[in-house]
Amino acid sequence: MAIELDDPRKFRTLAGQAHQVAMNMLRPISRKYDRAEHEYPKELDMLAAMIDGLSESGAGEGAGAAGVRRDEKADDGGNKNGANLASVMSIQEMCWGDVGLLLSMPRQGLGNSAIASVADEEQLKRFEGVWAGMAITEPGTGSDSANIRTTAVLDGDEYVLNGEKIYVTSGDRADHVVVWATLDRDLGRAAIKSFVVPKGTPGMRVDRLEHKLGIRASDTATIIFEDCRVPKENLLGSADVDPKQGFAGAMATFDNTRPLVAAMAIGCATAALDLTRELLADAGVEVDYDRPALAQSAAAAKFLQLESDLEGARLLMLQAAWMADNRKPNSLEASMSKAKAGRVGSDVTLSCVELCGSVGYSESELLEKWARDSKILDIFEGTQQIQQLIVARRVLGLSSAELK
Amino acid sequence: MSLLPPLAKLRPGGRHGVATTETRDPIGYLVAGLSKLAQADVLDRLGLRKQAEQAVFTVTRSGFSTVTAASRTFMRSGTKDAAGVRAPAVRRSGQFDLTPSEDEQMLVDVVTEFATEVVRPAAHDADAACAAPQEVLEAGLEIGLPILGLPEDLGGVSEERSAMAGTLVAEALGRGDMGLAVATLAPGSVATAIGLWGTEQQQQTYLPAFTGGDVPAAALALTEPHVLFDALSPRTTATRTADGFVLDGVKSLVPRGAEAELFVVGAELDGQPALFLVESSTPGLSVEADPAMGVRAASLTTLRLDGVTVPATALLGATDGSTYAECVRLARLAWCALAVGTAQAVLDYVTPYVKEREAFGEPIAHRQSVAFMVANIAIELQAMRLLTWKAAARAAAGKNFAREVALAREACAHKGMQIGLDGVQLLGGHGFVKEHPVERWYRDLRAIGLMEGAVLV
Repeated sequence: MAIELDDPRKFRTLAGQAHQVAMNMLRPISRKYDRAEHEYPKELDMLAAMIDGLSESGAGEGAGAAGVRRDEKADDGGNKNGANLASVMSIQEMCWGDVGLLLSMPRQGLGNSAIASVADEEQLKRFEGVWAGMAITEPGTGSDSANIRTTAVLDGDEYVLNGEKIYVTSGDRADHVVVWATLDRDLGRAAIKSFVVPKGTPGMRVDRLEHKLGIRASDTATIIFEDCRVPKENLLGSADVDPKQGFAGAMATFDNTRPLVAAMAIGCATAALDLTRELLADAGVEVDYDRPALAQSAAAAKFLQLESDLEGARLLMLQAAWMADNRKPNSLEASMSKAKAGRVGSDVTLSCVELCGSVGYSESELLEKWARDSKILDIFEGTQQIQQLIVARRVLGLSSAELK
Repeated sequence: MSLLPPLAKLRPGGRHGVATTETRDPIGYLVAGLSKLAQADVLDRLGLRKQAEQAVFTVTRSGFSTVTAASRTFMRSGTKDAAGVRAPAVRRSGQFDLTPSEDEQMLVDVVTEFATEVVRPAAHDADAACAAPQEVLEAGLEIGLPILGLPEDLGGVSEERSAMAGTLVAEALGRGDMGLAVATLAPGSVATAIGLWGTEQQQQTYLPAFTGGDVPAAALALTEPHVLFDALSPRTTATRTADGFVLDGVKSLVPRGAEAELFVVGAELDGQPALFLVESSTPGLSVEADPAMGVRAASLTTLRLDGVTVPATALLGATDGSTYAECVRLARLAWCALAVGTAQAVLDYVTPYVKEREAFGEPIAHRQSVAFMVANIAIELQAMRLLTWKAAARAAAGKNFAREVALAREACAHKGMQIGLDGVQLLGGHGFVKEHPVERWYRDLRAIGLMEGAVLV
């Protein structure tokens, strides 16, 4: 055992492949689907098939949205670099290509991560190969997800869902949606459960699609549930309302998905920084790592600050994934990584536009697009402020009643 | 009182931190006159003012410089041009891993105990006195700080290149106190440098002193008192002579310079920066106390080199700038580690404080503006740590770490300072007074990003 923070050797090939895919398949269609919002990126079907092939061959080490499952294999005490690290590394590379397109990748939805995180073995088998979106937010409930109003009432062998969900990523294109609903609003967080709802289930309809600042290649849907009946076996995890366990079951998903969103922010910001480095070099500015930043040009000093922030965010992301691979509780580190990556993603992409002037601002380059795409990554799966709240509560040892 | 040309004396600029462009108007001349009177000794002789207590150190500051300490006789030994012993690079697993090795963990445990039990309790007084207490220095020697960076074959403890272990040790010490950490690590930094780059003769001449019972003070002098100082282009010069070099220049913020018996000095030779071993009794050296904003327990000094003649064997490492650049990077790495330790001390201190301190009927930790500040300290601190560890692990493995250490330093300088700033802010007025250590950490953390040399891993 020795401390080492370079990218794990065993996933360098995987990340390299993802980089090639991003460069040769996503980048060429990146601007096209930014302009053609709501149009289905048909090119992705072939790509998804290829990724399925890769994971079947085992070359991907189980990377991807479903790579976050923590299996219960016996721990041999050795250091592990597993599917969580492989996932953040490959997602980062794909988002270096295009965040919106990564989010539109068939069978790689956040709902897939939720299923992988909390489903039992039978459910895992039954939902294999589905493409699942994630429906949490409601018109009156954003960050305060304990306050959701969508209800699930057991009626015979089925749950009956009623409510309205907004901001469902891939809500139109995915073939399933994982829906958060409460079994009993009086019982608070503990009664919130997640349900897998197949598309086409009577009582469920996509109401409309959003027009957005960024990630326009990805569809964001409003979905209405009116007496929508799903088999009771589609409730993920335990149906018991256990106040002691509280919100933990549903929230466990976030420990797994937050490093993935951090990876998206880092991939997007890396794209901006890579291009800016070259554009600055063309303009005669090269960063010298040995000379003091303040003895170089202001642009070089700024670049150094951005690169340092981004590398720090990246290492926090790798730490969170590494802890998951080694079955260490990582709720704190997952939130740290998303908080840092979210704000750094915005700072880097926006600063790169500024550094590159009108070249950065113009649609002739992708820099302005990345500066729009990055913003959502500091919002969904828990805003910057929610991450800080989680980190603060953990560091200070305060309950949610004490630190509101 | 000497008589200066009257006009020059009346100009306000060029001293007391006043820019030379400033001019005085009539009220300014009146105030300046009053100020002169207020400073005059006559007030004190007539008993008109309470005697201010002055530490010995600040007395030396106000005027004279002294010769450097007499050095012991370092007996020349070993072959002049034979390569020295080198620790092998750490073998890499190719895996991402944040777990220290068993040896490293043991080391961290010992140093953490030292930092908690010995260093921290001494920090306040050492800061005021601008000196490390003898007991702390001796205890540091006892736990083997000077030989941590040396391979076993040279009387040290490491089997492999020890940059990672050194980083963890500096972090643990910094958590106790940055000033005392620098004071205790300075001699070992010189020993590590000789271990890394010394010839057989340099190693056999100097290292026995560091591995024995009576370890000399020693200092790695790279910083210079110039605005926008670039460590890679020192203004100190080395000029070749028939049988050696002549060194001229000024080095600042040199830890324990007054007592050091051996210096490693950076100087430009034939257009490239290089390192030179200079024994303190060499003629032409003088040292002056130079207390700074922080890191005061390290007894910072200015070292002047005025026609200092050293033999050809004083050159440490390569003349193409490569040794010097590696030295600068390893020193920056050590300062990053100290910043991480100090920032951790801030977090450790403010966490219980904000939970106990009440305002408006509840602990201030229950307010988001306070709690989020603590959250951000925790987040940026961990990023600083990971950046520093990554650079250290690459250094230990013999990989290029120029980029990694630059990124770590950038974070440790700026986020570290922010943590120091927030530490004081979270305590409010209590943070501003010396009853609490946060104001010291604030001053210490400002050193990161401007200190060059002094310590090295």
